[in-house]
Amino acid sequence: MVQIDKADTAWMLVSTALVLLMTPALAFFYGGLVRNKNSLNTMMMSFVALGVVGVTWAVAAYSLAFGDGGPLLGSLAHLGLTGVGLEAKGTIPHVLFMVYQATFAIITAALISGAVVERMRFGPYVAFITLWTLLVYAPVAHWVWGGGWLMTRGVLDFAGGTVVHINAGVSALVAALVLGSRKDYGRQAVLPHNVPFTLLGAGLLWFGWFGFNGGSALAANELAGLAFTNTFLAPTATLVVWTLLDYFRTGRATAVGAATGIVVGLVAITPAAGFVSPAGALALGGVAAFPSYFVIALRSRTRIDDSLDVFAGHGIGGLTGALLTGVLAEKLWNPAGNDGLLFGNPAQLGLQALGCLSAALYAALMTFGILKVLGLVMSLRAVPRIEGVGMDVSQHGEEAYASGEGSILVPPDALVPEPLPAFTPQMASR
Amino acid sequence: MKLIVAIIRPDRLNEVLEALYRSEVRGLTVSRVLGHGGETERVETYRGTTVKVDLQEKVRLEIGVSEPFVLPTVHAILKSARTGEVGDGKVFVLDVAQVFRIRTGEQNEAAVTPAEPVAVSG
Repeated sequence: MVQIDKADTAWMLVSTALVLLMTPALAFFYGGLVRNKNSLNTMMMSFVALGVVGVTWAVAAYSLAFGDGGPLLGSLAHLGLTGVGLEAKGTIPHVLFMVYQATFAIITAALISGAVVERMRFGPYVAFITLWTLLVYAPVAHWVWGGGWLMTRGVLDFAGGTVVHINAGVSALVAALVLGSRKDYGRQAVLPHNVPFTLLGAGLLWFGWFGFNGGSALAANELAGLAFTNTFLAPTATLVVWTLLDYFRTGRATAVGAATGIVVGLVAITPAAGFVSPAGALALGGVAAFPSYFVIALRSRTRIDDSLDVFAGHGIGGLTGALLTGVLAEKLWNPAGNDGLLFGNPAQLGLQALGCLSAALYAALMTFGILKVLGLVMSLRAVPRIEGVGMDVSQHGEEAYASGEGSILVPPDALVPEPLPAFTPQMASR
Repeated sequence: MKLIVAIIRPDRLNEVLEALYRSEVRGLTVSRVLGHGGETERVETYRGTTVKVDLQEKVRLEIGVSEPFVLPTVHAILKSARTGEVGDGKVFVLDVAQVFRIRTGEQNEAAVTPAEPVAVSG
């Protein structure tokens, strides 16, 4: 039996904390891009995933994803973390492996929120990400990482290009279509309220991503070093290319563009990080800027209100990365991987396409189904009047930048706990 | 020649500006203000601190118009600012003693734009 390795365990402890930090980072990235009146709600959509997806993962989703099962789904053996103990899983304690994977499930669900911000009600959103984690994330994670059918066929996905990014990106697009666009979309300028937040978020995402990709080696070894290096190199190239595209198309290098370029580079290198050479990572990062850049430009001319371009960034970025993995992968760098198209194995590209297509199709169908069923029992979005007032005050009873002017302190014993009629949907229809 | 002062909800500002534009009303001043018109107070809670927000954010529009524009302007605002709930705001129409346009020194009717309504759709 394989023993627990102390160095591996130390690196995975650090990696797990790094990946968990990506969800608050995403909250800042997204929170800066929305209007002042919706900024807390947008950030809460990420933060709440730390809670509900974390619990869902421990209670059932981990077992469905990583329990020994068939080609399509894990088992129920680890429900409520039964049998998840201190024994070795690979070379690290099983409990640590479970938490590391939990941090992936959390950020994947939170990524979807970018498509439905400024209009989706908080309760239905929480219900959605809970069901989505069980019914979409867990099965797809099983297919690719848990011994499922894509894994046995040899689809390469080092740290989650398919499981995390294509999965979340396609689900986001479907969610945006089911919800419909914001009432102001295409009618008035909807501008980011705090671009520094977005830059801060992008920077912290990059930092956390070293754990996301570097940790996906599940060991403190050469492979982790390669994935770590590629996680540095690819976004540098994407950032340069994105900024040049911005400069030549608009005459300015924009800050929101830089933040987006970094994230797209990180997304694209995710499936490839442990399979391609550092030079390959640079090329992959540079190339990955183009599809996402132009999909954003095209999308914003349509009626599709994927508000924060989750599909362009994560869906298209993930697709580019997954396909390029099938082109640039080299056994020389990772014997456990495979050669890609450039190294005499064109079949790998086909396998990668199969992985992308099946994950995209499944995510789209299931997201549509979950939202339609939820829509039968609750209204998914706020009425226009509430949307106008803003989601911070209506969903959370707080403001991001409250001045306190004109506010009267209510003594604790005078509290009236019932919600105010002005903010119930029934009263607010116009 | 009148000064129209309107207090409206901030989230209706874009609709109001659009309606005024359609009614050919040009030239106005917008300010963010605090106030309340008897709407239900809002309760916000920050950990242990619960407050009633007594003064709501509002937007004040000031528009100087010639006589033929008074009603079209008022109608445009009434139609576009209304949600039907308490707190939609007020429109005041005030007499103005004199108006000067700083750039040209024009006075009164000539100093508010435009002098005649072109097409009223609002």
